[in-house]
Amino acid sequence: MKYYRAHVLICSGSNCAIKGCQTIKDALVAVLNKHELQSEIKVVDTGCLGWCEQGPSMVIYPEGVMYSRLKNSDMDEIVTEHLLKGRFVHRLMTQSTDTLGLASPLNMTPFFQKQRRVVLKNCGLINPERLEDYIHAGGYTALATALDKYAPEEIIAMVLDAGLRGRGGAGFLTGKKWSYTKAALGEPKYLICNADEGEPGTFKDRLILEGDPHLIVEGMAIAAYAIGASKGIIYVRGEYDLSIKRMEQAVLQARENGILGEGVLGSGFNFDIEVCAGAGAYVCGEETALIESIEGNRGEPRFKPPYPAEKGLWGLPTCVNNVETLANIPAIIENSPTWYRSLGTENSPGTKVFTLTGNITNSGLIEVPMGITLREIIYDIGGGIPQGRRFKMAQTGGTSGGCLAEEHLDLPMDYDSLASHGSSLGSGALLIMDDSHCILDLTHCFLKFFVHESCGKCTPCREGTPALYKLIGKMTAGQGNQDDLELIHRLARTMQDSSLCALGQTAPVPVLSAFRHFWPEVEAHMTGNCLAHKCFSGRGSKHDH
Amino acid sequence: MIEAPNKRSAQIDVFVGQPGGMLKALHALQSQSEANFLSPADIKLVASKFGVPVAKVWGTVTFYSLFATTPRGRHIIRVCENAPCHVVGASDILAALEQHLKIRAGGTTTDGLFTLEATSCLGVCGVAPAIMIDSTVYGNLTKEQLPALLAEYRQEAQA
Repeated sequence: MKYYRAHVLICSGSNCAIKGCQTIKDALVAVLNKHELQSEIKVVDTGCLGWCEQGPSMVIYPEGVMYSRLKNSDMDEIVTEHLLKGRFVHRLMTQSTDTLGLASPLNMTPFFQKQRRVVLKNCGLINPERLEDYIHAGGYTALATALDKYAPEEIIAMVLDAGLRGRGGAGFLTGKKWSYTKAALGEPKYLICNADEGEPGTFKDRLILEGDPHLIVEGMAIAAYAIGASKGIIYVRGEYDLSIKRMEQAVLQARENGILGEGVLGSGFNFDIEVCAGAGAYVCGEETALIESIEGNRGEPRFKPPYPAEKGLWGLPTCVNNVETLANIPAIIENSPTWYRSLGTENSPGTKVFTLTGNITNSGLIEVPMGITLREIIYDIGGGIPQGRRFKMAQTGGTSGGCLAEEHLDLPMDYDSLASHGSSLGSGALLIMDDSHCILDLTHCFLKFFVHESCGKCTPCREGTPALYKLIGKMTAGQGNQDDLELIHRLARTMQDSSLCALGQTAPVPVLSAFRHFWPEVEAHMTGNCLAHKCFSGRGSKHDH
Repeated sequence: MIEAPNKRSAQIDVFVGQPGGMLKALHALQSQSEANFLSPADIKLVASKFGVPVAKVWGTVTFYSLFATTPRGRHIIRVCENAPCHVVGASDILAALEQHLKIRAGGTTTDGLFTLEATSCLGVCGVAPAIMIDSTVYGNLTKEQLPALLAEYRQEAQA
């Protein structure tokens, strides 16, 4: 095996790719070649480091120094100073990694210190395109252990004991879902990995697939073994080109090396995975709509029951799990359910991957133990609100989640605490907004999304979403009245009670949470005043001319 | 240029008989269409190949936002207008693009080079506001950057 004296890991996740990480890499390789260092220093593409705001980024090991906001012209200095003379290039180190002019190792920076990386453990450390890298980092040992040491029932029991809940949004106990599919009659059984990530503000599954695709292959193989599925499908959003490419590559590598196909790792268990691309429809994230889409139809949700566990894909028993849910499985098998329960809270064990967006200094991808407070995420990890502005609200769980106000900053981030405040943990999207934003203007924006994405199958959602959008629009125009308010409440209740799927049931959530937590601001619009000066064409009051 | 029907037909033969092959066939047909869309003839072709009513294919095509049933420009510009992009100025980006290209969202420029579409979340909110031109994503955009960005595509078209 060849040894290198230094490794340069370049983040090649989608967010850094947009910022030009490929040209950075080309420029670095050119400078290394010029100095004839190519046999001493290895350049590696890796998955998302999480600090998307600071991209394009790289980490140089063994020192663990992170350089950010890189330009092609910086490569000369990095090579001649850091790699040749051993002196850090302080101007390219982010402020928090460079306290008092001394480099602090990556894991000691505030951004990483409060994180606990279980799902993202390999992101930013290995080359996702190499099976060898994944195996070297301990990959596929959990699958081997599962096949060798445990019966399928024992695996399900372990996942139940760990208390893992679905990370796609609904938070249903994964072990329970598995046991239903296992008990159902019909062959073959299907395991579907739901990677149709479409919740606005969410990009965690994309970066997991890009950064560590073999983790998903391993998680799927263990899940399939537990429920007795022989066929796996990973349904990836059509827009996620790199995710599709990396998954197809990982599946191929796994198949060529006996990890997928007939007799997985030499056992009697057969399992293979097919990668399937979506065609652009948010509602396909709903599991029965997703199944319809795989069957080649309009992605409209089905009536439930029967649930997919009994009659799913092609009418056969099917289990649908989110990417992040499956990414937790290998760690549970490897470290035990008790270990998993030591992370997070009693009712929400483990970690959660969040995506930070909006008015926040460090937007990006983070993984933290469940139960951490919103304040710690925003101020310690996220670096606070930029441009000297004040925190106003955070929307948790994506556009179908509720908005929380300043008084909720110390709320623990777990399934139950957020639900009790009219919001949800959902997919882990965290949209942070400063005091320049108007709650009604944003609510209007949230509703526009639902109008566009409602599939049209059931009346409450098809008719309700545009009606709500129109009513809120009337209020942002300063024309709302008392009757409208009552209508909004009635409509919201009807949609929540009678919509066929979660899309229509959750579309009113942002409206209701706005009314609950920001009532004075909503009410001011009734008298023609927008406190944030956003509505009425930015005049703040419809009376000013 | 209108391709011979038998050539279009050959492009999708591989998907006939595949479970769920219809969506794959539609993806294949559209990606090989010069005007980036599925024509009524394409839709009839798929219906007859898969042995389903034309209405079913039509319903499926119009359901998904990645499919179009009217001719589009050579490059598709998709502007995210969801909340994470909205709070950092997506509406300015859309307005600037409309002004620059002299079309509204949904329209195609007279030279047939660009179609402008307002879209849902592109999943790169870490670098909002973001747009996609064909399969390339651009992030952390300001409206000042747009003319130069579009000029690159224009130059490429002239080359």
